[in-house]
Amino acid sequence: MDFRYLPMTEQDKKDMLQTIGVKDTEALFADIPDAVRLKKPLQIKEPRSEGELKAELAALANQNVTMKTHASFLGAGVYDHYIPSIVDHVISRSEFYTAYTPYQPEISQGELQAIFEFQTMIAELTGMDVANSSMYDGGTALAEAATLSAGHTKKKKIIVSEAVHPESRQVIDSYCRGQRLEVVTIPHKDGVTDLEALQEAIDEETASVIVQYPNFFGQVEALADIRTILHTQPKAMMVVSSNPLALGFLTPPGNFGADIVVGDTQVFGIPAQFGGPHCGYFASSSKLMRKLPGRLIGQTKDEEGRRGFVLTLQAREQHIRRDKATSNICSNQALNALASSVAMSALGKQGLAEMAYLNVQKAQYMKKQLEAHGLEVMFQHSFFNEIVIKVNGDIQALQDHLLAQGFIGGYHLGRTDDRLKNHMLVAVTEQRTKEQIDIFVREVAAFHAK
Amino acid sequence: MQNNTDFPLLFELSQTGRTGYSLPPLDVPETDTAEAFDSAYIRTEPAALPELSELQIIRHYTALSRRNYGVDSGFYPLGSCTMKYNPKINEDIIRMDGFSHIHPYQDPKTAQGALEVMFDLQEQLKEITGMHDVSLQPAAGAHGEWAGLMMIRALHEKNGETQRTKVIVPDTAHGTNPASATVAGFEAVTVKSNEQGLVDLDDLRRLVGEDTAALMLTNPNTLGLFEKDILEMAEIVHEAGGKLYYDGANLNAIMGYTRPGDMGFDVVHLNLHKTFTGPHGGGGPGSGPVGVSEELAAFLPKPVVRKLDGIVILDEDRPESIGRVKPYYGNFGINVRAYTYIRTMGPEGLKRVSEYAVLNANYMMRRLSEVFELPYTQHCKHEFVLSGRKQKKLGVRTLDIAKRLLDFGYHPPTIYFPLNVEEALMIEPTETEAKETLDSFIDTMLEIAKDAEENPEIVQEAPYTTIVSRMDETTAARKPILRYIPE
Ligand SMILES: Cc1ncc(COP(=O)(O)O)c(C=O)c1O
Repeated sequence: MDFRYLPMTEQDKKDMLQTIGVKDTEALFADIPDAVRLKKPLQIKEPRSEGELKAELAALANQNVTMKTHASFLGAGVYDHYIPSIVDHVISRSEFYTAYTPYQPEISQGELQAIFEFQTMIAELTGMDVANSSMYDGGTALAEAATLSAGHTKKKKIIVSEAVHPESRQVIDSYCRGQRLEVVTIPHKDGVTDLEALQEAIDEETASVIVQYPNFFGQVEALADIRTILHTQPKAMMVVSSNPLALGFLTPPGNFGADIVVGDTQVFGIPAQFGGPHCGYFASSSKLMRKLPGRLIGQTKDEEGRRGFVLTLQAREQHIRRDKATSNICSNQALNALASSVAMSALGKQGLAEMAYLNVQKAQYMKKQLEAHGLEVMFQHSFFNEIVIKVNGDIQALQDHLLAQGFIGGYHLGRTDDRLKNHMLVAVTEQRTKEQIDIFVREVAAFHAK
Repeated sequence: MQNNTDFPLLFELSQTGRTGYSLPPLDVPETDTAEAFDSAYIRTEPAALPELSELQIIRHYTALSRRNYGVDSGFYPLGSCTMKYNPKINEDIIRMDGFSHIHPYQDPKTAQGALEVMFDLQEQLKEITGMHDVSLQPAAGAHGEWAGLMMIRALHEKNGETQRTKVIVPDTAHGTNPASATVAGFEAVTVKSNEQGLVDLDDLRRLVGEDTAALMLTNPNTLGLFEKDILEMAEIVHEAGGKLYYDGANLNAIMGYTRPGDMGFDVVHLNLHKTFTGPHGGGGPGSGPVGVSEELAAFLPKPVVRKLDGIVILDEDRPESIGRVKPYYGNFGINVRAYTYIRTMGPEGLKRVSEYAVLNANYMMRRLSEVFELPYTQHCKHEFVLSGRKQKKLGVRTLDIAKRLLDFGYHPPTIYFPLNVEEALMIEPTETEAKETLDSFIDTMLEIAKDAEENPEIVQEAPYTTIVSRMDETTAARKPILRYIPE
């Protein structure tokens, strides 16, 4: 059988073996001891032709309910947003997607500059001094923020608000277990971080306080008050996880004195694709610049004085520092950072603010409609594009009902919090029309009233 | 492209009032945000993003792409990175709505098509690696290393062996190995290589003991050499109570010939963005699944994908799991591409991949060793490492050779790694390159070597044809400029 990715001909093979001076390719594998040799073919599926495989996989894809076949009111960290057509056209340019880490700046200025622009846009949005070139996702970025804070402050206690995304909290737990750090969780009270509990928990051992803004329940945390509490322990760092789209409307965490701001740029041009790959961002104050995880792109000049860009401050990284590196991250999410850059440039200064505003307005409308239809909307703080509702009846039954009406329902909060059984986290983005919202509300209300 | 002026940044092209987006009008009654929000939390100054029209943005990024170099542009023998062809069907498959526009929290019964792909990919990877179980969770190789080491730690802790605090890594190891050991709470200790470029067994025997948690090994190692004493090494480590970790970044050399599970490895991670054609994306995203032996299966990160009565489920009920290593279920988009590739190649195809990757590398190695020093002379696997020591004596460093290659339209090999070879040039051709390509590259290398002897300044001052010349990296690090700041 022939394989279209393998150009080797029988003649090539013969010539090459002769140059090497061996009889067959087996000779090149002679150093693999017989005892570990695989004596039979791999028991994996037989190959399929391009057309057959496309058809088979299309059939699998078509089994799935998608955000195109159904109107999604599901968020909880992954959202259905406007993706400008240009995004996929740009990231489909093979000079970008078939390249690797830009180790050779002379032939990688495109990637380097695009990421430098990404770093700039993230710093602008978050109100921070600097940003890196990307992390795996918002959850691992948050975990790396926790471990960075411990390394920087030489303290071992990480305080995490319960209103941070539950899966991000679990990732923080895993990373902190690795580094033998203590994680203390502060409960939420009425949907936001319990500030009294925070005041009580923070002490001299605290490396950082981690909150999410807007938080997992969509609520806007009082960052100004949290900063005030942090002032009582000046060494402790303020770490904020932020949906960067929300920062088109909300005051950026940098303005409240955050030390580290992280999050996920999935909201900008990256399809949900079942949860990954998305794209973590990591922004900080300039004092932490030499401790950041991951790649950083810096501006410099070439020998003729022309502006150009390079990977810089590499003395932080694993390939130089090995076991003393600030993080083990190597491959990151560069192509998705590019996708987000294209989406952010398409939106621009005006569009990003407008898109955030549409989210705010639609969510406000949705809340009013739900209340008008007799549903209880929990938590009475300001919110961005998500709200929590309490429904009579089984959430699974509601989900099935909504699905039948052409909707993907919200996130069942009882999945991770026993106190929130029968609570659904509902997201509404600029993609949802008034009509969709009205029908969705009507269906939920009818179910609730039954 | 000749450029005498600086290439503009997006921000420098921006004009107030220009737009490149298209959003729907507000179709709901407007709420007064001053009532709904405390004014301290409403942004007053919009983020200074650029303002451009759609065509301007497209021209900008098209121009940037032309200032970049990928596998589709030309030969990219970057050692350790497996820069093989990225099949286009993979890109078509992941862009299907049913894969790209699905939500991780939608009801699993509405995502069976996606879960089936995940489940079957796990099954194929189990067989390819010879491991008992596989998780697709980790986002990249380094993430898989960390997850694997955390599982080893969990096992030792369960057995009450908390004194096992050391992870042994060869001096040839990739930087992520020792870095991951640290992040997983271990201390990394280095085992020496011998004069054949393989792990020095005496040094290994000396290092192992009560405190050994694991040995991390790449096989073939980063010199491209097969650790032929693998069974003895496994015995040394296992006898001391440690575990054997396989860095699968180099799996491209051995598919269908041998499997980490059969070599005695307890944990393995794979880089799906290397062997299994996930595009490198300018630095990512990748995917770094982990495979484990039966003894370690209970510790796999959660959730675990299982199939029960024909239904694929996400099992969260894993009391001994090391926990969650990433939100959701791994880099699904890369996993779908890898799955497409495996299904395109099948058992015979994957074996031929390794056969030809190794043949290509050995061919290049033998021809280039006529002029460049080859520190380790046995047959290599998928890659090999030359030393530029001879050229350095003539005043031409490996860096110069790399820069000169740019003028001939090549991406240079990995340089100055592994660390135990002076002036290292690490070359990995991959199996998707034709002999003609290898020959032209070899001829170019020989020509550069000749210039190094006869006209060293030609090489020392390269490159000449690139859009920018060598960058001042010292100033970049000393006075970092990490973002655009308007004048
Ligand atoms: C041998 C080896 N191990 C580990 C890694 C790390 O993989 P990743 O970059 O996906 O984290 C790499 C790749 O860079 C590698 O070449």
